[in-house]
Amino acid sequence: MFKVIKYVMVDILRSKVAAGYTIFLLAISLSIFNLEDNSAKGLLSMLNIILIIIPLVSLIFSTIYMYNSAEFIELLLSQPIQRRKLLLSIYAGICLSMMIAFTIGVGIPMILLEGSITAYVMTLTGMALTAVFVSLAVLGAVITRDKAKGIGIAIMMWLFFSLLYDGLILLLMFQFSDYPLEKAMIFFCSLNPVDLGRILILLKLDISAMMGYTGAIFKDFFGSSSGVVYSGFVMMLWIILPLIIALKKFTKKDL
Amino acid sequence: MIAVNNINKRFGKLKVLNDISLTCNTGETISIIGPNASGKTTFIKCLLGIVLPESGTIYFGNENISGKCDYRKNIGYMPQIGRYPDNMTIGQIVDMIIDLRKNSHSQTDRELISSFGLEAIFHKRMRTLSGGTRQKVSAALAFLFNPKFLILDEPTAGLDPLASEILKDKIRKEKNQGKLILITSHILSDLDDLVSEIVYFNEGHLLFHKSISQLRSDTGEEKLSRAIAQVMKTKEIKTK
Repeated sequence: MFKVIKYVMVDILRSKVAAGYTIFLLAISLSIFNLEDNSAKGLLSMLNIILIIIPLVSLIFSTIYMYNSAEFIELLLSQPIQRRKLLLSIYAGICLSMMIAFTIGVGIPMILLEGSITAYVMTLTGMALTAVFVSLAVLGAVITRDKAKGIGIAIMMWLFFSLLYDGLILLLMFQFSDYPLEKAMIFFCSLNPVDLGRILILLKLDISAMMGYTGAIFKDFFGSSSGVVYSGFVMMLWIILPLIIALKKFTKKDL
Repeated sequence: MIAVNNINKRFGKLKVLNDISLTCNTGETISIIGPNASGKTTFIKCLLGIVLPESGTIYFGNENISGKCDYRKNIGYMPQIGRYPDNMTIGQIVDMIIDLRKNSHSQTDRELISSFGLEAIFHKRMRTLSGGTRQKVSAALAFLFNPKFLILDEPTAGLDPLASEILKDKIRKEKNQGKLILITSHILSDLDDLVSEIVYFNEGHLLFHKSISQLRSDTGEEKLSRAIAQVMKTKEIKTK
């Protein structure tokens, strides 16, 4: 199993896409920290970039990689390798490579230039988001045979989690503004890994006071240790559930 | 020994394999023939577990292969169209497969690699290779681990006469070692002197499974291709 992970990682790291992604992230993080005199502000700018770019690149790159490695999968399946192990290894290979790119591009510069606890939390959140969206991409690619459809699904997932979902939540809040929705909001945020990541980081940035009453509720819930455990647990679910479904589908698929 | 019991497979509405049962004994070289789209390749993919049959069982030796993968240690498979990762070189693919299967076989059989002259082009990337060279790589990989079962899907299609002869010699050699070899092909004359049994597929049905000598005596034809043609003709008449 580790051998397959090794081959996937070597393949990805040798391709220009992974190097380009790393350099792109590195350029952004260096320029942001050099432009802002206040590094906390720099972190806030980094936050938006992490929350937009990481899901997008993780989803699209993994989807395309899955389709492009159809030959690789076919070749290995005629060898004594279990399907389950093969898919898990490919997932791990993509995920680790993306995490390495992220750590070099964002994590290390952020920790070196900023160095507060928030920088560490942001690096961890970015890694978790990478794992979540690679997992979703693998699921999408396993379900659909058609490459164009698969990439379409990946883009739709990104649009939904990054843009549409917040709009829906706003709509919900306005429609039911007469009711106490604060507790429900915590639940709704769990349904979107991007929101979960955003809240975790914002709370660490200590600007949750600016988010009003809801912010106070979040601070109360997520700021406490049980809140951190809860959000970590939900993130794990977001990684594991799509993978389990993908494994189920993959073991029953004709190739 | 390979024992296949009542396997069925449909792709959408199309029934590709219809209640196929077949027993292949060790030491035989069995040719699976049939017109295009008769289910030969699907059948072979079922044996490999790449396509999963809807019902029925497949045994390799005494092991039911459903959901298993270890039995593939004993199989050398040469696909009809070898598809390989584009940006890996021939050498890297060979090394990778050896690396992945290392525990199962310590001895590798590199005879085909050298007789096809693949070592000289080990540095070439797979996407730059011609169809014939890909076939050579597929063949070399299939024989690499000295497997008990060889499953060759259209092995000589796309190979030049020289390479085709090399491959046939190799198949003959393996046959003499008492291995079970399954070959699909529609080029009949290619196989005349190699095979010992013939399985005939048509539109997902297994029409007959006979040894060569029996086929010859049944049809009264000496040449294999004519014997097959004879059978096909009588089948047609029957269906009419």
